[in-house]
Amino acid sequence: MSEDIQEQSVGRIVGKLSLLAIGMFGFAFALVPIYDVFCEITGLNGKTQTTAYTAVDVVVDETRTIKVQFIATNNDGMTWEFGPSKSTLRVHPGALEETVFLAKNPTDAFMIGQAIPSVMPLKAAEYFHKTECFCFNQQMLEAGEAVEMPLKFIVDQDLPKDVKTITLSYSLFDVTGRMAAN
Amino acid sequence: MGEHHHGPAKGLSRWFFTTNHKDIGTLYLWFSALMFITGGAFAMVIRAELFQPGMQLIEPNFFNQMTTMHGLIMVFGAIMPSFVGLANWLIPLMIGAPDMALPRMNNLSFWLLPFAFAVLLSSLFVEGGAPNFGWTFYAPLSTTYAPPSVTFFIFGVHVMGASSIMGSINIIATVMNMRAPGMTYMKMPMFVWTWVITAFLLIAVMPVLAGAVTMMLLDIHFGTSFFSAAGGGDPVLFQHIFWFFGHPEVYIIILPAFGVVSQIIPTFSRKPLFGYDSMVYATASIAFLSFIVWAHHMYTVGMPLAGELYFMYATMLIAVPTAVKVFNWITTMFRGSITLETPMLFCIGFIFLFTIGGFTGLMLAIAPADQQYHDTYFVVAHFHYVMVAGAVFSMTAAVYYWLPKWCGRMYDEKMGKANFWVSFIGFNLTFFPQHFIGLAGMPRRIPDYALQFADFNMMSSIGAFIYGASQILFIFIVIRTIISGKKVDDPQVWEGAEGLEWTVATPAPYHTFSVPPEVK
Repeated sequence: MSEDIQEQSVGRIVGKLSLLAIGMFGFAFALVPIYDVFCEITGLNGKTQTTAYTAVDVVVDETRTIKVQFIATNNDGMTWEFGPSKSTLRVHPGALEETVFLAKNPTDAFMIGQAIPSVMPLKAAEYFHKTECFCFNQQMLEAGEAVEMPLKFIVDQDLPKDVKTITLSYSLFDVTGRMAAN
Repeated sequence: MGEHHHGPAKGLSRWFFTTNHKDIGTLYLWFSALMFITGGAFAMVIRAELFQPGMQLIEPNFFNQMTTMHGLIMVFGAIMPSFVGLANWLIPLMIGAPDMALPRMNNLSFWLLPFAFAVLLSSLFVEGGAPNFGWTFYAPLSTTYAPPSVTFFIFGVHVMGASSIMGSINIIATVMNMRAPGMTYMKMPMFVWTWVITAFLLIAVMPVLAGAVTMMLLDIHFGTSFFSAAGGGDPVLFQHIFWFFGHPEVYIIILPAFGVVSQIIPTFSRKPLFGYDSMVYATASIAFLSFIVWAHHMYTVGMPLAGELYFMYATMLIAVPTAVKVFNWITTMFRGSITLETPMLFCIGFIFLFTIGGFTGLMLAIAPADQQYHDTYFVVAHFHYVMVAGAVFSMTAAVYYWLPKWCGRMYDEKMGKANFWVSFIGFNLTFFPQHFIGLAGMPRRIPDYALQFADFNMMSSIGAFIYGASQILFIFIVIRTIISGKKVDDPQVWEGAEGLEWTVATPAPYHTFSVPPEVK
């Protein structure tokens, strides 16, 4: 192979491989939306739907009792008192249930909070329907104000038989700064 | 190259400005030796603290810095550059090329490394200390809760990644363009094959690592929330991106080691490598599979059952091509006229110990079992069996095997054998007990532990000091050989050795294969 042809060929290979490297750098960033879309389509990651569920014709399945546990966590830096009024409910699939969460802003400033839900086990997420949830909106609390926040939900009658316990967890985030910025 | 053959330039400028593949290979090898000693010193600090339960020598935060820096330095500073150095020295010699395809870029890709690691190591001396979040630098430990020096770390990773990518492009361009006439792809030595595949892996995943640290940088300094749940991001996303890089990375480390072993075993068995074609295909299969199994490092993040099953079966599939390789090496030795020179001892040690590491890898691949093993010393034992007994043993074998060709002097066989046995005993004494304490539940990356783990930890620490001493012995033997080893001038060096590198004079002249050899 003559020197010139060899040099051209090296140039082509370097070009292609550099493109591959740049492409893979882009791919790392593309993983962010791909990951979200993947979780949304498959319902993985325990994400419940973010809008209210409209009830269909339901049959209350009296033969099964599901234990629903509630967990509340404050995210890093959130100062509110936040928790469920009852930590556990025993429900029948198909029945509309209601409970409240309590929140209090103990600080002397106006604050906005946003609760993000998550369901365990993951496969129960798509069978846990919320018809009303404080997590659909942001909570705005004046200094020292306390509030009862309603949650209405239905455990789907098609819930897999092996699921006996569902845990609904809320993380409460302080979004005051972000809302003020908008 | 000019009309006349000139030797190396004089003085230090030879090393700064060199574009000679042998010089650059030597630089890489010495650099990795220096990093190996540094990372090894960190390991000694870790094992000294773990000698007894309770806190005796160092603060917990400094302990975390040591585990983090030990991992980073060993993976990126010692093992990877050592194999790049080997590639630089040997690939042109093995394929009959006068030099690498892009010699100036070669110089740059080496000289980036000392700067990258100077930046990384300097973080030990800044306020807040060095990175302390583990070599896997999971967010938010490495973002929200990281010491300020994380920015140094990110910069270091970027520079080092650029170096690796350039080195890989160079290797692929060299192999594709500069093979001697008659050397078809399926006639290339196995070491060259494994490096070509490794280079492709590097080009595919080092940019993903760069992407991950860039996202960290944006999260820390520019207010984005890639990995922060409070801003709508997801910390688990970090683990997915990291292991998409991280799993191919472990094969980047081990594939060149496979190549080395595939060169040395036939020499001392005096038989050609058994199943060459299947070796090539097995290597390529391992490389492909490495891209689709990453989440087996994250079974405990709460993946759905379908995900766990997929990653479990895909991971176990890797055992098939790996077993093909192990069986081929054993079959190569079968009925061979085996002699046990030091490189061969290290290779047999490699096969034996790497296979143990492979089996514990299979145990960890079982998703339900991994719930128990995850983040325990069992994992530490597993990856040291594949990293140290895999990569480091084969690298040691490579140095003993090719050192006479590089410097024209033979190491002392008695000292080499002593080096092997002390390494072998020290290594197993260090890491075998870690399987037991891991199964019993001792978590990794902690400076203190419950009393029931005391005995095995003490054994492990004693083993570590022995192993550490054996590496000092190794460096000593290498230096002694270069200075005063017995002169060798037979180009062949080893009677059973095959390949173009054994046709050039010993020691290898500064310029080789100015006229391409004919390969039949």
